Amino acid sequence: MDIIVCIKQVPDTSEVKINPETNTLIREGVKSIINPYDLHALEAGVQIKEAVGGRVTVLSMGPPQAEEALREAISRGADEAVLLTDRAFAGSDTLATSYTLARAIDHIGADIILCGKQAIDGDTAQVGPETAEFLNIPHISYVRKIEEIRDGYIRVERLMEEGYDVVESSTPVLLTVVKELNEPRLPSLKGKMAAKKAQIKRLGPSDIGADEARIGLRGSPTQVKNIFAPEAKTDRRIFTGTPEEQVDALIQELRGIRCI
Amino acid sequence: MYIRVNRDKCTGCEECLNSCPYDAIEIREGRAFINEYCQMCRLCLDVCPEGAIKEVMEEGEKAEAISKDDYRGVMVFAEQRDGMPVNVAYELIGAGRRLADELGTDLSAVLLGSDEASAIELIRWGADRVYLCTDQSLRVFNDELYTHLLSELIRERKPEIVLAGATPIGRSFIPRVAARLGTGLTADCTSLQIEKEDRALLQIRPAFGGNIMATIICPDHRPQMATVRPRVMKRGEYKEDREGEVINIDLDHTTTRTKVIDTVKEVSDVMVNLHEADVIVAGGRGVGGPEGFKVLHELARVMGGAVGASRAAVDEGWIPYSHQIGQTGKTVCPRIYIACGISGAVQHLVGMQSSDIIIAINKNPEAPIFNVATYGLVGDLFEIVPLLTRKIKELKGITKD
Ligand SMILES: Cc1cc2nc3c(=O)[nH]c(=O)nc-3n(C[C@H](O)[C@H](O)[C@H](O)COP(=O)(O)OP(=O)(O)OC[C@H]3O[C@@H](n4cnc5c(N)ncnc54)[C@H](O)[C@@H]3O)c2cc1C
Ligand SMILES: Nc1ncnc2c1ncn2[C@@H]1O[C@H](COP(=O)(O)O)[C@@H](O)[C@H]1O
Repeated sequence: MDIIVCIKQVPDTSEVKINPETNTLIREGVKSIINPYDLHALEAGVQIKEAVGGRVTVLSMGPPQAEEALREAISRGADEAVLLTDRAFAGSDTLATSYTLARAIDHIGADIILCGKQAIDGDTAQVGPETAEFLNIPHISYVRKIEEIRDGYIRVERLMEEGYDVVESSTPVLLTVVKELNEPRLPSLKGKMAAKKAQIKRLGPSDIGADEARIGLRGSPTQVKNIFAPEAKTDRRIFTGTPEEQVDALIQELRGIRCI
Repeated sequence: MYIRVNRDKCTGCEECLNSCPYDAIEIREGRAFINEYCQMCRLCLDVCPEGAIKEVMEEGEKAEAISKDDYRGVMVFAEQRDGMPVNVAYELIGAGRRLADELGTDLSAVLLGSDEASAIELIRWGADRVYLCTDQSLRVFNDELYTHLLSELIRERKPEIVLAGATPIGRSFIPRVAARLGTGLTADCTSLQIEKEDRALLQIRPAFGGNIMATIICPDHRPQMATVRPRVMKRGEYKEDREGEVINIDLDHTTTRTKVIDTVKEVSDVMVNLHEADVIVAGGRGVGGPEGFKVLHELARVMGGAVGASRAAVDEGWIPYSHQIGQTGKTVCPRIYIACGISGAVQHLVGMQSSDIIIAINKNPEAPIFNVATYGLVGDLFEIVPLLTRKIKELKGITKD
C-alpha cells in the first residue's frame, strides 16, 4: 500500500502573542515544530504499513528549513520524504496549497493520503478536503479509528459532535485525523540514523506539472488584509470583599443585564 | 509577488524583527533582510517606521478578474440534524439577513434532507428563498452528495457570498465546494462585515491559537465563502407572516464512494451538549477531585447549563474527556462561562474566550483567567459556588431540590 502523509512545519503557536499597543507580534524564540495533528497522521501511516505492508512517504510544502521536519518524520518511521520548495510556492492560501499538494501526490502516487485535522498556525482544517477535491478522490474527516483496511477498501470511525459515524470508502482516499486516533511513537535510534542519511527529494512547480497561475500568491484567492489584537475586555470587573459580598455584586450585575 | 526591504530607507532599527511569525527577517550588514523563511503573510508591511518594507509584484501576476457583477445575493447553508435545522442555521440566517440588507440584495438558504415545514421556519427567521431537497438519503451527512448539490446551486445561482457553520459537517465539505469552484474560503470566522464601496466581505477570524485576530478578504474571486463559528452570530427577528419561496431541488446524483454505515451517539453520564448550552460551569485542577464537581453540577443545574472542564481536571480522571474545553477539547461559546479553579492557560482560553460573559472564580488574584474575565471573584470556589447556587435558587424561587 502506498501511503503519503502531508506534514506542515509550524511555529509553536502557544507562544505567539500580539502586543496590543503596536499590533505587532511578540515572538520570543518561538520554535518550529511538526504540526501536532500531523504526528498522529504519520503514526497512522506507519501503523498501516506495519499491518499491511507498503511505503510511507512524507510530503511537505514549505521553505527549505521544512527539511528538518521531514527528517524528524523519517526518524519516526517514514521511508521517504519529499519537499515542495520554490519561491513560486510562497504566499499560498489553502486553495493554492491544496492544488500544489494534489499535483505532487499525483506525481508520487498513493492509495492512502493522511493529513492532520488542522494546522495549528491557521487552524483552517481546509487543506485536507480541498486536496482530495483536486485529486478527485473521496475524503473522510476527523478519523479517530481505522477499523479495517485492505486493497480498495477502508472502514473508519469519524468523530462527530455527538458521537461518531462508521464510514466506509473505496481507495484511493484521503483521511484527516484527530488526536484520539493513536499515540505517536518517539523517534527510534534506527530512525534517527536513517533520518541523518536520508535524501530529501526536492520538487518545484515544473517537476509536478503545476500551473503557475494556480500556485503561490497568484493562485490564492484570499488575502490577509490586516491583523489586530483580540479585543481587551474594557468592562472587566474584579469584585472584592467577602465571598458573600462578591456573590451579591455578581448577581446584581447579572440581573442588570438580564442574565438571570 | 515577494517582500523586499528598500536598503536605502532601512535604518536597521530592528523594529520589524518581531513582527514576523516565521523568523524570516534578519539583520545583515546593518539592514533588514528577508530570508527564505518568508511565507508572504505580509504582517511586517505596516511595522516599519520608514516604510522600507514593500511587497513587489512580478509582471503578469495579477489573476485575471472574473466578472464580479454577475454574482449577487447571499446564500447560507442550513445544516440539519435528524431533519431539523440546528441552531447555527438560524444564526447564519440572522447574519446573512444583515449582510444582504446592507448590500441591498436577497438571502437564500440551502436545506438538504429536511422538509417543507422547516423551510418555512427558515423564511420566518429571515430567508427570502429556501432551496429544499427532501430526499431522505440526505439526512445522514455525506461529503460527496452535499458537495455536489451545493456546488451546482452556486454555479447556477451565482451568489456573491456563501456562508456555512464551522461545525464538523461544514468544515468537512465546504472546503471541497470551494476547491471545486476555485474560490477562496475563510475558516471559522467570528465576525463578518461589509465594505460598502466594493461589496467586499471582511472575514474576521482568530489565528495563531487565538492570540491574534486577522481580517481576510477575497478580492478577485466569487463567491466569497466563509465558515462561521457557531454561537457567535445572533439570530434575526422571527416574523410569523414573513413570506418567501421554497424551491424544491432534486437529488440527481446518487453514486458515492463513501458511505456512512452507522451513526453512534455517545452520551456521557450527564448529557453534555456543551455546544448548545447557554451556560457552562467549568472546573479545573482547583476543584480538587470528582467530589468537587458535584457543586459545579448543582450550579449548572440551577442555571440550566452544562459542565465543562480543563485538561488538568480531565487528566486527573475527575471527569470524562467529552467535557474538556480548549485546544485539544471542545470550542464553546455560551452566553455565560463560569470558570472555577481554572488558571487560564492559553490552550484553555482558545476554547472558551469568545463566550459572551466570562465569570472567573479563583483564589489566586494573579491567575491569567482574570485577564479574559468579564467578572472576577477572588476566593475559594467551595465557598463561592454554593453561595451563588443558593442565591440564584432563591431568586428563581426554587425552594426544594
Ligand atoms: C498541546 C497542549 C494542549 C492543551 N490543550 C488543553 C485543552 O484543550 N484544554 C485545557 O484546559 N488545557 C489544555 N492544555 C493544558 C494547559 O496548558 C493547562 O495545563 C491546563 O489548562 C491547566 O488546567 P487548570 O487551569 O485546571 O489547572 P492549573 O493551571 O493547575 O490551575 C488551577 C487553578 O485553580 C485555582 N484554585 C485552586 N484551588 C482553588 C479553590 N479552592 N478555589 C478557587 N480557585 C482554586 C488556582 O489558583 C489555579 O489558578 C494543553 C496543553 C498543551 C501543551
Ligand atoms: N504546506 C503544507 N505541506 C504539507 N501538508 C500541509 C501543508 N499545509 C497543510 N497541510 C496538511 O493539511 C492539514 C490541514 O491544514 P490546514 O488546512 O492548514 O489547517 C495539515 O494537518 C497537514 O496535514
